[in-house]
Amino acid sequence: MATVAEPLEAPPSAAPRAGATAGPRDFQIVPRAGIPIVAVVIVGMIVAIATNSLWALDFYHVAGGALWTAVDLFLGLVLGPIMGSMPVAARVELTTRLMPKMVLLMPTLVTMTLGAGFQLARHLGNLSAGAPAHDWLVASYIVVGVIATIALGLLEPANIAVLFELRKPRPNPARIQRLMKVFIYTAGITGLMQVATLVIMTKVASIG
Amino acid sequence: MASETAPTPSAVPGDGPLPPIQQIAVASLVLIIAGGIYTAAHLPRHVPQGPTIVLLSLAAALVVANAVLLSRIKPFNWRIFRQVAGWVALAYVVVAGMLEYVFVYDHTSGTQLVILTLMLVVFACNIPMLLGFSVARFQEP
Repeated sequence: MATVAEPLEAPPSAAPRAGATAGPRDFQIVPRAGIPIVAVVIVGMIVAIATNSLWALDFYHVAGGALWTAVDLFLGLVLGPIMGSMPVAARVELTTRLMPKMVLLMPTLVTMTLGAGFQLARHLGNLSAGAPAHDWLVASYIVVGVIATIALGLLEPANIAVLFELRKPRPNPARIQRLMKVFIYTAGITGLMQVATLVIMTKVASIG
Repeated sequence: MASETAPTPSAVPGDGPLPPIQQIAVASLVLIIAGGIYTAAHLPRHVPQGPTIVLLSLAAALVVANAVLLSRIKPFNWRIFRQVAGWVALAYVVVAGMLEYVFVYDHTSGTQLVILTLMLVVFACNIPMLLGFSVARFQEP
């Protein structure tokens, strides 16, 4: 994140708002209650890959991809603008409840989609260079590679950093806002790139 | 949005000049992902190893350079860095282990398996460092 090193202090004229920096907040950065659910989903995916079940691979790939795209687009295009118009205190409260869930949800959806998708392509023979849909699959690798770079290099660091900031006795609202902006914008960008993936995948399905 | 914020002290390492650790980590990530795309585009045929070895070597060099730059930051909250990087490393060891299983399951072997394994190692070192730094930079030393 090239912008993170810039000064973060709020303008001297800024008026403090009640509750904007109230803390420390007691919450789990990784919600433990969700870990068993994630474990079940991941084990199910491993079984789907190990058994090469066409239906299970299709389910994991399509359901994971649809949810991943929908969540990204919702965050970037719906929730982002709403958060931008909320008071700082409300934004902090929403962030405190939203971001821990994202820590578990997004990596799980990504793992489901990519793991099952690669095995599905292998199972259907689309990986071989002679397959009619091979070039489209390579295009999808490139799109997913860009998404992965944005997600791992910008989105996830912002997600984790904002959670640690919120747990401080005196969280810095300007820093939280800036990190949340990075998170929401990158989620929106990856969501829009997912639309490109949808175009490619529907093309692959129509060829295959 | 900034006009709504309360002024708070921000004299923590993240507010001052820091080495470009995040940018270097992302560059390393790009190289590894490019190597992965190149490999996946050729599978299950033989993958020409020259480009992947170059990409892997550059990515590994960047991770080493990042570790050196990171070790020189003073003051720095190493406790938080270790806490975040440790848990992320655990998660990525699991992810890398699953991918390694898939490679072996799909009958990848020989030099190709070695290269892919080393790519996973670089990946599993890079991401914990990136996330640990992203959090620790904003913590009081």
